Amino acid sequence: MPSTYQLISSNTLSSSAASVTFSAIPSTYTDLVLRLSVRQTTATTSITARVRFNSSSSGYSFTILRSNNGTASSYAMSGDSYVYPGHTPAASSTANAFGSAEIYIPSYLVSQNKPISTFGVNENNATTIGNNIIAAANLWQNTAAITSMEILPTTSGSFDTGSSFYLYGIKNS
Amino acid sequence: MPTTYEPIATTTVGTATNLISFSSIPATYTDLRLVLALNSAVSQYANFTLNGDSGSNYSYTWMDGSGSAVAAGNGNNDTLIYLSQRTTPSGLNALFTLDLFSYAGSTLKTILTTNNQDNNGSGYVGIQVALWRSTSAINTINLNSGVNIYGIGTTATLYGIKNA
Repeated sequence: MPSTYQLISSNTLSSSAASVTFSAIPSTYTDLVLRLSVRQTTATTSITARVRFNSSSSGYSFTILRSNNGTASSYAMSGDSYVYPGHTPAASSTANAFGSAEIYIPSYLVSQNKPISTFGVNENNATTIGNNIIAAANLWQNTAAITSMEILPTTSGSFDTGSSFYLYGIKNS
Repeated sequence: MPTTYEPIATTTVGTATNLISFSSIPATYTDLRLVLALNSAVSQYANFTLNGDSGSNYSYTWMDGSGSAVAAGNGNNDTLIYLSQRTTPSGLNALFTLDLFSYAGSTLKTILTTNNQDNNGSGYVGIQVALWRSTSAINTINLNSGVNIYGIGTTATLYGIKNA
């Protein structure tokens, strides 16, 4: 029986970066998992990160379930440009705090729209700002196989030193 | 480090069906994970049972978001566990996961499920914890529905995870 859940590539930043890209993703797996441990340089406490596939900035939608500083809410968006893996700490957050997220992409090679789950968390040791749990159902309405993945900070700023990005492939046989 | 996270079995649906079954599950792992990438053929609920048990031995607590509201609930002494408390619209690509912890042990069985059913900015995202009140090892998982919800191209894969 084959082993699966194999590391395809990783990147731990030794200096801040405006984006991280995994390109030439092999077509030898069934599903992909992206795991992040991220902090951003923008002068705020908590801010979103973004992910897009195959350099495409269209066809994304999501439905979110969120605890924001202890208050539950849900919201949704269509016609968006990215998948959002969750909020991350930033320059005004507790020092050395990083947010974590997992993105699961099943059947990334199959010619159909791509359902994607994301789960992201960040905790700031403050009761009113910078604490989030976000679970999201995402849909990328694109039938192309995913061959590249770009992870971006918010519209300004960079990922901070020490941020890490791991891409895994899963085989189902 | 030992090999872990191994595929036990996978099914890709060729004709829409109301049942995907994993049987003769080996007891050689610690936990199980089932990943269902659903091409929903019709709008309906999907559910699962364990070891063919249709007795009133299941309970669950869930919460989800609809894009505008948060909801939560629970049920007990039920005869099955829903993969989602919401129907999946016809034609939707959706993702469900089931984590079955300590499935081969003699304690009652705890299951964590997630449902990811975005439909272009509507739909649901949810999480659920369920309990199957049985001390038997799980050897069969049946994904069920009242109609042929598992459409062509649906893929269900069962993975085994070892902790040592």
